[in-house]
This record gives sequence, C-alpha cells and structure tokens, in this order.
Amino acid sequence: MFDALSEKLQATLSDVRARGTLTEADINAAMREIRLALLEADVNFRVVKRFTSTVKERALGEEVIGQLNPGQQVVKIVAEELTTLMGGESERAEFASRPPTVILMAGLQGSGKTTATAKLARFLKAEHGSSVALAACDVYRPAAVDQLVKVGGQVGAEVYEQGTDRDPVDIARWALDRAKMDGKDVLIVDTSGRLHVDEALMAELVKIRDATKPTTTLLVVDAMTGQDAVNVAEQFAQAVAFDGVVMSKLDGDARGGAALSVKAVTGKPILFASTGEKLDQFERFHPDRMSQRILGMGDVMSFIERAESQIDADEAQALERKLRRNEFTLDDFLGQMKTMRRMGPLTSLLGMIPGFQDQQLKNLKVDESDLDRLEAIILSMTPEERRRPELIKGSRRLRIARGSGTTVQAVNQLVKQFSQMQKMMKQMTKGKMPDMAALMRGGR
Amino acid sequence: MPREWTDLFVLPDGEAPPANAGGEEQEGGRGRGRFFRRLRENLSKTRQALGAEIQATLFETVDEATWERLEEALIMADVGASTTAKVVAQLEQEARDGGLEGGEALSARLTELLAGIARTESPVRIDLSPKPTVIMAVGVNGTGKTTTIGKLAWHLRRELGRTVILGAADTFRAAAVEQLQGWAQRAGCEIVTGREGADPGSVAFEAVRRGREQGADVVIIDTAGRLHTQDHLMDELTKIRRVIGKQLDAAPHETLLTVDATTGQNGLRQAKLFSRAVPVDGVVLTKLDGTAKGGIALAIAGELGIPVKLIGVGEALEDLRPFDADDFARALIAP
Repeated sequence: MFDALSEKLQATLSDVRARGTLTEADINAAMREIRLALLEADVNFRVVKRFTSTVKERALGEEVIGQLNPGQQVVKIVAEELTTLMGGESERAEFASRPPTVILMAGLQGSGKTTATAKLARFLKAEHGSSVALAACDVYRPAAVDQLVKVGGQVGAEVYEQGTDRDPVDIARWALDRAKMDGKDVLIVDTSGRLHVDEALMAELVKIRDATKPTTTLLVVDAMTGQDAVNVAEQFAQAVAFDGVVMSKLDGDARGGAALSVKAVTGKPILFASTGEKLDQFERFHPDRMSQRILGMGDVMSFIERAESQIDADEAQALERKLRRNEFTLDDFLGQMKTMRRMGPLTSLLGMIPGFQDQQLKNLKVDESDLDRLEAIILSMTPEERRRPELIKGSRRLRIARGSGTTVQAVNQLVKQFSQMQKMMKQMTKGKMPDMAALMRGGR
Repeated sequence: MPREWTDLFVLPDGEAPPANAGGEEQEGGRGRGRFFRRLRENLSKTRQALGAEIQATLFETVDEATWERLEEALIMADVGASTTAKVVAQLEQEARDGGLEGGEALSARLTELLAGIARTESPVRIDLSPKPTVIMAVGVNGTGKTTTIGKLAWHLRRELGRTVILGAADTFRAAAVEQLQGWAQRAGCEIVTGREGADPGSVAFEAVRRGREQGADVVIIDTAGRLHTQDHLMDELTKIRRVIGKQLDAAPHETLLTVDATTGQNGLRQAKLFSRAVPVDGVVLTKLDGTAKGGIALAIAGELGIPVKLIGVGEALEDLRPFDADDFARALIAP
C-alpha cells in the first residue's frame, strides 16, 4: 500500500537527477503519488488538496543537484510538512492551578472512551503521582458503568457512580463535589458515546461541561476513522470546544490519517495515543513520529524510548563487556529475550524500524510461542550447559528435549542458531553490522 | 435486494413467519400511538441515512470538473481511491461514448454502477434451515458487535418467531457479558455465559450444545472485539470456529463481520485479515446514522466479494435493517 511511497517517488523522479532541478511536470507526477498515498491513509480529501499544494510550492525549483536521490528529497519535504501540520512538538495536557483538575472525555460510540479514561488515569498516576477519580456518566450503554468500575479498579482509581437511573449532568456535578471533598488531584469524567449530529445528546454534553467546568476536554478519536473524522471533530469543537485529542486503537495497522485531518481542520493538538489492549499501553503523542507512520517510514524514536524504559544501563554495560570478550552465554541470551519481550510483541517492535515495513513483516511472522519454546529449552539446561552449549550432545540433548517438552531437533536448532549468533556478534564487535533480516530468517 | 426481515432470511421449508411479523413492538408500557410514531421516526431516519437524493449539483454541467466533483464525493464517502478511480473512469468513458446524456441518465447509471459493486456474487440472504443455525459475530473493538447481536436476536425472536440462544463468548472486555445479558432479556431469549476471562471457545461450544439440546432455531455467538493485526487473537477466533464445528457439523453457518461506517481505508485490511482467520459471509455496516457514508463497505464488496447484509442506522431496535444496494448507492453520493 503505502510503504512504497518513497520507492514510488524515487521511480517517478528517477530521471530528475540528470537534469538537476525538479520541474513542474516532475512535481505533478510526484504529487499524484503523494495524494493517493495520503488518501489511502485516510487523510481528509480537502486537507490532502491543501497539503499537496503547499508541498508543491516548496518542492518546485528545489535544487536536487548533489542530492543522491530526488525522491528522498521530496519525501523529506512531505515528512516535514506533515509534522508541521500535525503540530510540530508534542504538547502537554494542562493541570488546574487548584485541584481537582477536571478532564472531560467525549467521543462517538465505540471510539474507546471508557478504556481511554482508565488508561489516562493510570498514566497520570504513574507520570505525576496524581490521585485520580473517575465519574461514571455513561448511563446509556448497557453495562458501561460496570465496565468503568472494573477498569477503574484495575488502575487504582476510585470510581464515582450512581448507577444508570440518574441524569448524567447530576452525576457529574455530584462527582465533582465528591472529588473536592476527597481531595483528589484529578477527576476524569467518562461520558456516553454520542453522535455529533444528535442534538439532544450534544446539548447534554454541553450541560455536563458547564456543570464541571473542565480544565481540559478531550475528544477520543478512533485511529481507523475515515473521511468523516473531520465532520465529527468540527461538530464536537463547535459544541464543547475540546482542547485536545486522544487517538485510540493506534496499535492496529491504520495509518491514522484521521489524526492529521483533525489537527489540520480544528487546530487542536493530539495529546495522547492509545496503543494496545493493556491498560498501560497509553503514551504521549508525538507528531513527528505520526507523520513518519503515515509515510511508512518507521518509528525509531518510539523504539528507542521503549527500549530505554526496559533496559537497565548497568546491565547493558555488563552485556557490552561480555560481547567484547566474546563471553555471551545462553543465560545472557535468555535475559535479552526476556527484556525484548517486555517491550511488547516482536512484530510491533520490528514495525517501528525503518525499512522493516509491511512487506518484510508479512513474510516474517514472529510466532511468540516459538519464543516460549526457546525459553523452555534454555531453562531445561544446566548452568554449565548454558555457559558451554558445545557440551550438549547425546543424552544431554535428549534430557533437555524431554525437560522442555520439545524435540531433539529443536534443541539442536537452538544450539546451532546460538553459535551462529556468537559468530555474528564477533563480527559486530569488529564493527560490521550483521544482516538483521538474515538473522531473523535464520530463526525460522 | 432484501428490504424486509422476511426477505433477508431463508426460512426452513414450509415455515411461514408468524402473522405479526414486522408487527408491534412487544415491550411493556408502550401504546399503539407511540409505536407508530416511533416507526415513522425510524423510517425517516433510514431515509436520511440511506434513501437520500443524489447530489443535485453533481451533474449540473458535464465537463472536466464534473469528474473531479464525483471523485471527491466518492472519496469523501470513504469508497477509497482505487474503487473511486475505477467507477469514475467507467462513467466518464460511457459518457464520452455518447451513451449517457444529461444529469439524470448519468446519476442513474452511476447508482447502477455503485449498486453493481455492492451486489456481490455471494449469497446475500441468510439461510435459517439448519437447526440450529449458528451465527457468529466478529469484528474490531467498538464496531457494535454486541449491540448488533442483541438487535438481531430481537428481530429473529419477535418478527420471525425464531427461538434464539445467545452465547456470550466475549469473556475479555469488562462487562461485555452484562451488556449481552441486557439484550437477552429484552429479546426474550436464553443466554449462555462464562466467567470473565473464561475460554471463549468453551462458552461457544456450550451455547451450541444447549441450542441442539433445546431444539433452538438460531444460536448467535458474540466474540470479543479484536484488532485484525493481533495474530494470537485471530488464531483464537479460528479456534472458536473450530470448536463450534466440533459440536455441530458445518457450523457456524454464518459469520458476520461488523464494520463501523466511520471506518476509513483500514476497513479493507480488517475484512481481509478477518476472513483469513474465519471465512466471513457478510458485513454488518453499523453507525450509518451519523454523517459517515460507509463507502468502505463498497470497497470490501468490490475487492473481497463480501456482501453487506445488515445496516445499523440508530440506537433503537428497529434501526438494525436489512441492506439494500440501491438505497446504499444513492446515499453514497448524497450531499
């Protein structure tokens, strides 16, 4: 689909290098590819139109002499402009000068408000040490209150609920009073999903806002939303003038063009991104990373950050020493594997690496249960065997296979792979980069 | 194309729907007047969402700009760039060849082309002759699976007089079971549940077993919402299907994928990956009552051959309706 944008542009602009500058015809051809790519990513039609004309202006007459690759040059312009359009730097949610800070959550049905509410509560507790309470104002969807009580409990936030028989505006007002009395730092008000064209429910939302005077109002938008995202955002902006957006379901393969469109049309920044089913999969939104995602350029920063949060600096240094001295054992391998798996599913990690996009990932399906098996095999070895895998022969091999519930072949394969890996590490310490893809394929 | 419930479902031989089919809502506390008012409201809502007139300005003049306007209308409806390009190119070709004159002929032909894509070769009707007929609902989180199942059960029960058993195999989302229980109560049907976190396959298995034991007409299995990119969860879906098949040969007979009408081009990936895990027989296009046109369903029908069978146009029970390709095509290019 879209990862190919850079390649397509390179093909389209292949003869440009000889001439030295980009002509109008070159640019037009490039714009057609960009336009298609953005539309496939669900960027709003009108935003695309405006956007391509901006990019065209910048690209026109751009010097490409000395540039290795005019296609890359255009991609660079596109990425920069996308980032600008999405708000440049990542922004932060505001806190009230006098607690409680009230955060009002709004959005369409099924956009993920209740989940986002709980995730935001967890995030604020973890990042700012806030004490958070949740107000259960979704009295319409069956069992929505139950859901909030459950997820609220999971993240350690008190849930203020009065069942489903009371008016949500009254519940909101009551919850705010309670939050004040209980001395909470933050009150997040979960509201029911409503259509932007439902006048009665939109009026109710305005009443909830007026009753709670939120510090911040957040609109939850599904990352998979199409062209309609703009209509929705405009209507919500008109009714409650929301301050920022939470993008939900970003863990799928949606390009999230909706994010870009919402920002472009309403000017409201995207503050948070919800990236998984687990309640801790919620992060601050980074516009530059998102523009790279839309362009299929990978997300190196997120990868590095996730790695940083999981890898202990001392451990890493110790490991580096071992690598240099070629003392890397199966125990270290096991430790590495565990660290890596703490960072999330392998496929999602690989997806963040540029050049490791869709096509490759399609062929390279990492089966997490393979990793379980590897762990089991290593755990069935004696410490001595883990240090010196060359010991593993005959009866040892059989014992390990039995102990791990695998086969002798599987044990063999692991030992072989490990020795390959050691060789590769030797190369790496000599300054050569190993072929990552070959390494992964070797694992299959 | 079915417009009525009795058109959508193929009933077992010799069985006629009950006399009150399509009839009065049987929930307590509602007078006759109120019922008709609701019905009227709902019909107008359906018209708004579906039967609206074609964009009048679309073919006012026919020149280069016409095709651009048409392209814009289709893309804004989420039909997607490639399907849009195909449709516009064909209409432009036909207009150039001189077969089509004037705005009326053009818009009629356009509707025909779009409806033609929506009409796939796969059967649109749902066969209820197996006893019990097992229907499984799958889809991404928040697309409206549980609500669709609840309403479907209600219609099958109240309008077609079928006995229905619900299987609450969404054991993952907090309170999903409670939500379905609410629907079971309204529809007046039995429900099989498991603990939260229980194996969804076992719940599905038990529901089908109970359906056989009690001689129920239809068993509907709700599954947890899942993103199509989560391989382990897609494998789980394959497993649920297999488990159902172990209890009853050839079941599930009908697998429905719910797609939110606001979904953009990612919907195509959803349909592709879901049908790789479990063969999908039809799409339920939900939330058509907003401003979204649900054009992605056209792309799904065109590229994957999966027909839309049901649409959701609102919160009320009557707002789940059989799909009509012509209405849908007209609505796509309505202002």
